[in-house]
Amino acid sequence: MLSPVPEPLVRFANVRKSYDGTVDAVSALNLEVARSEFLTLLGPSGSGKTTTLTMLAGFERPTEGRIFVDGEDVTDVPVEKRGIGMVFQNYALFPNMTVAENIAFPLRVRGVSRGEMNSKVMRALSMVRLDGFGDRRPQQLSGGQQQRVAVARALVFEPRLILLDEPLGALDRQLREQMQYELKHLHQRLDVTMVYVTHDQVEAMTMSDRVAVFSTGALRQVDEPRRLYEAPASLFVARFLGESNALPATVRQHDGGSCAAALATGETVTAVMPVRCAPGSAVHLVVRPEKILLGKAAQASPNRFAARIAEVTFLGDQTRLRLVAFGADDFIVKLANTAGQETFAPGTEIDIGWQAEDCRALAE
Amino acid sequence: MPSQSDTPTGWRPRHGVYWLIIMPALAMLVLLYLVPLADVLVTSVTDPKPGLDNFLLLFTSTSVQKTLLTTLRIAALTTFVALLLGYVVAYAMRAANSSQQRLMLFCVLLPFWISVLVRSFAWIALLSSRGPVNAGLMAWGLIDEPLPLVRNETGVLIGMVHVMLPYAVLTLYANMRGIDVRLVAAARSLGASRFQAFRMVFLPLTRPGLIGAGTLVFILSLGFYVTPALLGGGKVLMIAEYVAVQINDTLRWGLGTMLATTLMLSVLAALWALSRVLDVKRLFGA
Repeated sequence: MLSPVPEPLVRFANVRKSYDGTVDAVSALNLEVARSEFLTLLGPSGSGKTTTLTMLAGFERPTEGRIFVDGEDVTDVPVEKRGIGMVFQNYALFPNMTVAENIAFPLRVRGVSRGEMNSKVMRALSMVRLDGFGDRRPQQLSGGQQQRVAVARALVFEPRLILLDEPLGALDRQLREQMQYELKHLHQRLDVTMVYVTHDQVEAMTMSDRVAVFSTGALRQVDEPRRLYEAPASLFVARFLGESNALPATVRQHDGGSCAAALATGETVTAVMPVRCAPGSAVHLVVRPEKILLGKAAQASPNRFAARIAEVTFLGDQTRLRLVAFGADDFIVKLANTAGQETFAPGTEIDIGWQAEDCRALAE
Repeated sequence: MPSQSDTPTGWRPRHGVYWLIIMPALAMLVLLYLVPLADVLVTSVTDPKPGLDNFLLLFTSTSVQKTLLTTLRIAALTTFVALLLGYVVAYAMRAANSSQQRLMLFCVLLPFWISVLVRSFAWIALLSSRGPVNAGLMAWGLIDEPLPLVRNETGVLIGMVHVMLPYAVLTLYANMRGIDVRLVAAARSLGASRFQAFRMVFLPLTRPGLIGAGTLVFILSLGFYVTPALLGGGKVLMIAEYVAVQINDTLRWGLGTMLATTLMLSVLAALWALSRVLDVKRLFGA
């Protein structure tokens, strides 16, 4: 858990943004970013994550609400006065300047002396492991190198905050993974606050201290990656982060944090209920595919049901089973590729089950 | 692009057929353009007697020099003003939304469809001492007597800038459209003011457009005939009119063709110089 910080570096207070006056791109946003934190805004396209970042950068003005940075209300402060470094998806390197001139740009517009400028540019170049590349043109660099230049340019003037807008989107998968760790290590080394926008959940989980999940303009949940995955507060979060089996059900009775719910097919399931729902209300019972117990292991669990294997897919590190269960044929089970793991054949009847704490009853 | 060998060739006509199809146009070009052009070149070194005597006039005749200087000055001024105005229009067009863009493009292209002759007479009417421009300025009390706006170099300049503006706007706009707007946004986010972002990022990126539009306008301005002849009121003699006078009135064919040749060589030299800095083919959309 992050220790609570008395004053956050960034605070969105009741921020709403509407571009056309009818639809809210972002609504009722209250979000805090702690000092030195790596916070990721995660969501599908059109979820409001980029609008949130753009408002923080100063390119867009909130329709309602205020944004505070370092305790100062920056809602009406123009972009260039906010002292926030930004890394763009397409890198946005200036093609008319060399790599060194690109990195020196924020220092030049701030009237930093030539000597100080040179030493800072050199330091920034070595920070992103591009020593000796200063005289090249951005066009002569690979995508990954260009991205590192963009990062160096955003942090060379030691901004209080660095914003990154899907910076790895244009890179191939392998390079993207490598850059994720590079950014993460850079963040740890520099002790700088970073706000990162992505639609890639793996990227979000790899790098972030906390992840803020957005959908249709609203912040759904903000928490550490592990908590988001293990304890999603809504069906959307459960489905967006990782895979989930979601079974529609009706609450029968509840007791503190848990409940008994009836599936459409008649079975009763015991589940954790993070948000209390009255008996009779419709929920989805969400179980992660890797939490499913099979065969003998299932027999000891409180929730135990019959199923038939429809499809077996070997994926190397895991085996993925598709089961016919609860009147549908899309129940997914993931089995880690561990020693002694038994093999399964399609068509086999099998018992499935899960622990009550691995199943969450979530409202729509 | 698929290479020739990728496509089946059985149904293709032989190359000879293509030659036949373009033959009429080619013949016209050679007979009506290249042959007379060669004749001009030859005349410039043979009339009235063989030798480079005509070209010596470039260095000895004050009237030739005066005409050349006037031509260069007006072409340069036209280029400068057209670039300045064109830059603003192109910039505005780039920032406008697509329906505004269409309207602006239409307005820029509109003058293309009106004859230069008509436009020149219109300018004379507008700018004359009793024309609406002077009348308006006097009615507003801004001036006491009419400004000499036409039948002088000012008039020529106004008319020529008007003709040249679409060329400047379109060339600059094509260049600006290729510039990523996010670069300016990036500059702002890195601490540059609006003006700094423009001066340090946008302006340098429009350099190819400025050079291209400048050269294009300058080259076209060198050969102007109708506009200076009408709006200059006979007082502003540019090279094209001077050539016409030599050939039509004084019948000094040698001098006329020499100046025509000089003009052509200057234009070719300018294009060559341009090609050293820019990809000319791409600039003109080839």
